Amino acid sequence: MSIWEYANPKKFMALSTRALPWAVGLTVVLLAVGLVWGFFFTPDDYKQGSTVKIIYLHVPAAMMAINVWIMMLVTSLVWIVRRHHVSALAAKAAAPVGLTFTLIALLTGALWGQPMWGTWWAWDPRLTSFLILTLFYFGYMALWAAIEDPDTAADLTSILCLVGSVFALLSRYAVNFWNQGLHQGASLSLDRQENVSNVFWLPLLVCIAGFALLFVTMVLLRTQTEIRARRLKALLARERVA
Amino acid sequence: MPDLGKYAFAVLGSYLATAFLIAALVGLTLWQSARTKRALAEVEARQGTSDG
Repeated sequence: MSIWEYANPKKFMALSTRALPWAVGLTVVLLAVGLVWGFFFTPDDYKQGSTVKIIYLHVPAAMMAINVWIMMLVTSLVWIVRRHHVSALAAKAAAPVGLTFTLIALLTGALWGQPMWGTWWAWDPRLTSFLILTLFYFGYMALWAAIEDPDTAADLTSILCLVGSVFALLSRYAVNFWNQGLHQGASLSLDRQENVSNVFWLPLLVCIAGFALLFVTMVLLRTQTEIRARRLKALLARERVA
Repeated sequence: MPDLGKYAFAVLGSYLATAFLIAALVGLTLWQSARTKRALAEVEARQGTSDG
């Protein structure tokens, strides 16, 4: 049994159809528990007041915005090296999900930043690299839409994905590279000293798991749609030739 | 409902904006899925082919 077997569209469709109900159920449960716990049952922060409740949206969305791009990078590399169509379609399917997380992170960040920093936006290294990552998401989706031949589109978008990965990594590590700007360091770290307090940390972990599963659910469903669309295109082409 | 004080706009705005964006993503995904499934089923029925 090899992981590459799932690069076969039929096997992927069978496995994802079985996995989807579980993914949907877990997503709903984790998001409901995490968000209700965070919103209703955690105290205000001594410095940030009730705005700390935005952490349950902002941190998971920002983490996933970067992680989705990394997933797209891995599947794009699989496409470049092994030419598995499912991997290219999975990258294509993931982009709108990543873009949604990016927009959520930007919007909640602006809404959080205004009362805390006194500004909606600052040209801070992390914020700026995150904004560029957003533009890469738009560019990636536009490139897929602009190219007729799917293999050429997969090739070119994979290269774009490689380039955009620089900004995905910068978004995560910019705070460490440049000791300037308004944005604070990581909210979650292997170093317990750097982590947010336990009372916020546990519901935050549940929300992160919920956002991750939302991503899995959306990508499974969207990849299935891309595989069906590809088959539809092939059947219509055959019909035209016959 | 917890008392959000002077930050009510920021907190509720964040939750509403997130709910709207996620609902739009889920809605669009389900709509595209249903549309593609229907179109593929029609073509498969016409051509007498099925991929399971």
